[in-house]
Amino acid sequence: MITDLGYGTLALTFLLALYGILAALWGIQKRRPDWIDSARNAMLLTFPLLTVACLSLIYLLVNGHYEVEYVASVTSNSMPLYLRITTLWGGQAGSLLFWSWLMSAFASAVTLRNWARDREFLPWVIVVSLVTLGFFLGLTLFVENPFDRLWLLGSGIAVKSFFPPAGAIPYYQSDGNGLNPLLRHPGMIIHPPMLYLGFVSYVIPFAFAIAALITGRTDDRWIRITRRWSLVAWLFLSLGLILGGRWAYDVLGWGGYWGWDPVEIAAFMPWLTGTAFLHSVMIQEKRGMLKHWNMILIILTYNLVIFGTFLTRSGVLSSVHAFAQSAIGPLFFVYIGASFVISLSLLLRRWQELKSDLHMTSLLSREALFLLNNLLFVGILVVCFWGVIFPLISEIVTGQKVTVGPPFYERATAPLFAGLLFLMGIAPLAAWRHSTVQTLGKAVWKPTVVSLLAPLVAFTMDVRNWAALLGFWLAAFVACVTLYEYGRAVIARSRSRGESLLRAFWNLAGRNRRRYGGYIIHLGVVLMAIGIIGIELFQKETQGTLAQGEELSLGPYTMRFDSLAVFDTADGRNVARAVVSVYKNGRYVGELYPRRDYYYESQQPMTIPGLRSTMEDDFYVLLVDWQPISSSGATFKVYHNPLVNWLWLGGFVFIIGTMVAAWPESETNPATVRARRRTPLAAKAS
Amino acid sequence: MKAYPSFLLALSLGLAVSLVILARSDLAFAQTPDPRTISDDQVNAIAKHLYCPVCENVPLDVCGTQACEQWRQVIRQKLAEGWNEAQIRQYFVDQYGDRVLATPPPRGINWLAYLVPPIAILAGVWILIQAFRSWKRPLPASSSLPQPEQLPSEVLKRIEEELKKQ
Repeated sequence: MITDLGYGTLALTFLLALYGILAALWGIQKRRPDWIDSARNAMLLTFPLLTVACLSLIYLLVNGHYEVEYVASVTSNSMPLYLRITTLWGGQAGSLLFWSWLMSAFASAVTLRNWARDREFLPWVIVVSLVTLGFFLGLTLFVENPFDRLWLLGSGIAVKSFFPPAGAIPYYQSDGNGLNPLLRHPGMIIHPPMLYLGFVSYVIPFAFAIAALITGRTDDRWIRITRRWSLVAWLFLSLGLILGGRWAYDVLGWGGYWGWDPVEIAAFMPWLTGTAFLHSVMIQEKRGMLKHWNMILIILTYNLVIFGTFLTRSGVLSSVHAFAQSAIGPLFFVYIGASFVISLSLLLRRWQELKSDLHMTSLLSREALFLLNNLLFVGILVVCFWGVIFPLISEIVTGQKVTVGPPFYERATAPLFAGLLFLMGIAPLAAWRHSTVQTLGKAVWKPTVVSLLAPLVAFTMDVRNWAALLGFWLAAFVACVTLYEYGRAVIARSRSRGESLLRAFWNLAGRNRRRYGGYIIHLGVVLMAIGIIGIELFQKETQGTLAQGEELSLGPYTMRFDSLAVFDTADGRNVARAVVSVYKNGRYVGELYPRRDYYYESQQPMTIPGLRSTMEDDFYVLLVDWQPISSSGATFKVYHNPLVNWLWLGGFVFIIGTMVAAWPESETNPATVRARRRTPLAAKAS
Repeated sequence: MKAYPSFLLALSLGLAVSLVILARSDLAFAQTPDPRTISDDQVNAIAKHLYCPVCENVPLDVCGTQACEQWRQVIRQKLAEGWNEAQIRQYFVDQYGDRVLATPPPRGINWLAYLVPPIAILAGVWILIQAFRSWKRPLPASSSLPQPEQLPSEVLKRIEEELKKQ
């Protein structure tokens, strides 16, 4: 019954999406606003319908309906309620439905905005949004249906299908396989929804861009409408990436946060173009330039969103053969190809109209430096894209697969990231339109001098790694410039308005949220850079087998293996838990409990580190192996990760900054804003 | 004098026998190397740069599967036998192909992996330089931007009024 309800609403939403597309196109063709309104209503309705579909699946997951294949594959009797709910996005079919549901939420939200000034965009925004939604609904309905049931054929083979195959009987299981243990972590529970939210919210700016190209309204209106959408998309994507890093650090048991895995890179690529876009649109808003480039960036971002989903869902990463055999892969491939070709054709059609009469006048102007920043972001994108697809190219051409691992990415992107940090310091000091070496030099020398203290201090603390010294200088340079800029503005406002410094700081951030939110984001990046330099350049590790009471030392830390207990838990795990005492510079600092959980259902182990975490460093202990205590004891792998917590702190500041930048302005009514602008300052003061 | 060649012969034979015994003892030693003399850190230093074909994108030093544990034992054994890192890497490449290495070896089509990104970035730099050059040229006379003197007088008057209001 509930299975039928879920499948029925899914099918109905798919039909509704198709209707919406056709109604919008018909309305455009026949100039019939009533048809366009009908398409708009159809888009609005997709959200409640898909909510019903999602709730149906959650009901099946929570109540252990193992006759449904998806439920049997991702849940089990021993799983707690909250985990059963989150399995909605824990497997392929469920995650596609979840993706569609989020997409429908954004599509419905966009229909509710006031379209009076932008009526011509509406039908095309509907078409693009519903084509994207329809594609994912089609995949969910026809290829990866989460409502497929299990059936037992006469031959004794169990198959999945929504409708019963001829001669088959329903197949009921008393228990399911359970969720992959690696996904049973708070970080992994929140991380996918954040990434998906980031992915789907980029569909809206893309839809407006395509609408602008089709309608020929190629001024910066589409950019102004979608400014907040882009920031929200970027916020969620950033949050997803940061949470993913934390999950990897806590769960994957290799002492790191980022492994340049293709799945990570898949989410990172749209973030790169999205970040370039956020900077580049400012040039179009301020100077009316780079209209082509902004279109290219948003087209790239949308296609990278789909490409990212394709990479993680098609099996193409394991091999081209798996891709060819998967039902979902070729469909994604065709969709990305078609979307890319159509978008670029539309762009070429409007190429002349998008040309700007305004030119850059100075290589040191802010817009020129932003353009350079875009080049570096796209450079990193090229490295990432090429690194991900090269193994596939190699397999196709030579039949042999190769690995493109972290050393490739690290060597290629490190100078580009350093360049970005440098530009992050310089650009806020450069003026729009015109900036000379003299004016820029005058603005930059004070922060430069102060920032040189950072590598000097590091040098006196025996840091001799030139890359680290350069990195610390760059981080300090950006921090000094940002604080200098912020400080100057706060003091000026405090003096002119007679406000306290704190009040001036608060009001300043409220008055120009994008600018000052951006500065907070830059400070977040600085903190993250310090953490990354710490762990990437100064991480140490060792491994050893210890008998009870024996010690292992690394850096300033020493750990002593005290005891080990092995026991079963009620949720189907066999847990081996060690107790180790930790000493720093000879002083006892506490106990850690590294453990290894073995999940009987999925027959998978999971390594949970014991972690002592401070702003100075992390001491990270993994239980690698153990024997009965009577023999040789247990093997531990230990990492010393200096400064890594600055990375997480920076991530937090980064997200706060993005929220400040994306927060809606209080004065949203244009009439009110105009009226206020007309009011003389003297009248305002009174 | 006759005793001299006999002495040399005896010496040579003695040396030869000693060498054979030494060689045999070396051989015997090499055949029973003790992997326990190799530390986990020595094994991991090499394993860190290797990838097993089954566990995609997980370096060998941190992979928890049984197959990867066996690979690490092979590394330990080879180190105990006196192999160096390059020889051990080559052993795994011979057995399983280039994919066990962390990066593609720079030969044949693999060169593309290293050449395409810098070429693409340089192309981007070149495009940017060309764009800057074209932007630095003076604007054509037929620029569509209205010059101040071209603005209608009522527009200018309106602007002045608005400015006065500020």
